Amino acid sequence: MRRDRLLAYALIAPSILFLAVIFLIPLGQTIALAFTRHGTFGLANFARMAGDLNFRNAVANTLGLVIVVVPLQLALALGMSMMLRHLKRGRELILWIWSIPLGVSDLAAGLVWLGILTEKGYLNTILYHLGVIHGPVSWLTYETPLALFIGILVAEIWRATAIIFVVLVAGTQLIPAEFEEAASVFGATAWQRFRRVTVPLLRPSIQTALILRTVLAFEAFAVVLAIGGQNFPVLLSQAYLWQDTNQDYGVAAAYAVLIMLITLAATLFYLVALRPRAGEVA
Amino acid sequence: MRRLRGSAFAAGVAMLAAWTLLPIYLVAIGGFGGPDAVYRWPKSFWPENLSLDTFRRFVAIGGIWQATEQSVKVALITVVLSLALGVPAGYALARLRFRGATTYRLVILLTRAFPVGILALPLAVSFARFGLYDTALGVALVHTALALPFAVLVTASLFVGIPRELEEAAWVFGCTGPGAFRRIILPLALPGIAATAVFSFVLSWNEVFAAAVLTLRHRTLTAFLLTVLSESPLHIQLAGGFMLIVPSVLFIFLVRRYLFAMWGIASR
Repeated sequence: MRRDRLLAYALIAPSILFLAVIFLIPLGQTIALAFTRHGTFGLANFARMAGDLNFRNAVANTLGLVIVVVPLQLALALGMSMMLRHLKRGRELILWIWSIPLGVSDLAAGLVWLGILTEKGYLNTILYHLGVIHGPVSWLTYETPLALFIGILVAEIWRATAIIFVVLVAGTQLIPAEFEEAASVFGATAWQRFRRVTVPLLRPSIQTALILRTVLAFEAFAVVLAIGGQNFPVLLSQAYLWQDTNQDYGVAAAYAVLIMLITLAATLFYLVALRPRAGEVA
Repeated sequence: MRRLRGSAFAAGVAMLAAWTLLPIYLVAIGGFGGPDAVYRWPKSFWPENLSLDTFRRFVAIGGIWQATEQSVKVALITVVLSLALGVPAGYALARLRFRGATTYRLVILLTRAFPVGILALPLAVSFARFGLYDTALGVALVHTALALPFAVLVTASLFVGIPRELEEAAWVFGCTGPGAFRRIILPLALPGIAATAVFSFVLSWNEVFAAAVLTLRHRTLTAFLLTVLSESPLHIQLAGGFMLIVPSVLFIFLVRRYLFAMWGIASR
């Protein structure tokens, strides 16, 4: 037994060491960088960040995107996993097709949708044939903020719904079909079975999926840059701008701290809001 | 009535599949069609003048090919590192009892609820000090932090699925501990480990932010495409997008059997 324990520690030690070095040291550095400016400790970097013209837009855009996109994706993924449950033929194929976006990078997804939404793109071609527009129209400029927002929204839904879908499918596989059958014997309608049996049993998976997805949504970056460029500032693209273009590591670190805090708050929110309730099967 | 509902259901499934596939199809005909296809108005939805020529020209543009090579290099280092660190830990979690196992599992899970990419911001500073800035290894270290939690949890679930009796039988027949692992456990776990490797590769291949922050001249493909976004013509960008997508789609196909095991376990 004692040998087992020593062996176990020897086996996990490298990964612990690695994670400690790659997580804790940069974490400490981020905080140190964020709170010092020209050698003095204080909030100067944060003041500089908040005083920037694009800061308010970046916060509003990021929050707006998360608040709109995550619930839509959850609803869509729930629908898709329920459809898959009732699919009899071609299940494997549909499963694969629906999870393809999981492997697509956010930059590639942004470029794909840029090609569709651009002035002479496929969307405008369809609108033209339908007689809605008479020539190329640009949707992705700062003069058309709503269209730009919707464009990024659609690209995000296309790309990142798959991750929620896959987590939910993994969860539904653990739910015995008998539960729904029993509910159905007692006269529950399809909606009641979904609402009262499936969703409560799926709660742990929903929680995981929401945490994962929300963390990633706060990190939206390449999709946004590819489609909107600097016309649609978000938190991470601002951090990148300060780091790479302005070479101001302090303000970039301040953005990093802000993103961490927001992510942490969102995770805690989901942990509390979706905790198992009394009287429910965990 | 039932027939009607059945066909509505099938139509819904087909529409969602089309919604996934159509954009990939469009970027493919855009990328292969070259400038003529990209700037044509109104657009054709059928492939016309597809040519490898456009693609070759795209690849020939300064930097693209090197960037692709760099991406492959970074991804391979990531695969090696995450397996080397993750497989032993996964085995320990699955087979051995030790104090702190639950805490360890929790810590590994929690790293996933953390915006890992932003760690690259301060690392750019300290990597410069250690000569890791703008190197494949430097980027791969951050990508390993992304891939390691998967490697640990997935391999743990693989080893749990292999009956302990097999290993014990090997011991009885005179195998040493490491020998039994190598001859009995590893071959059985190999397909799953391969899937983990593929998944780590895709994670690294797709990552943009850390790669862009940590490189300057030796860009990965994503970092390269990101930095030339505003200056390169659209057909080049579409070809680049297509180039990024192809391996990912293939990889997802290869690991599709493990996808759900991965995310299912990783969520508990």
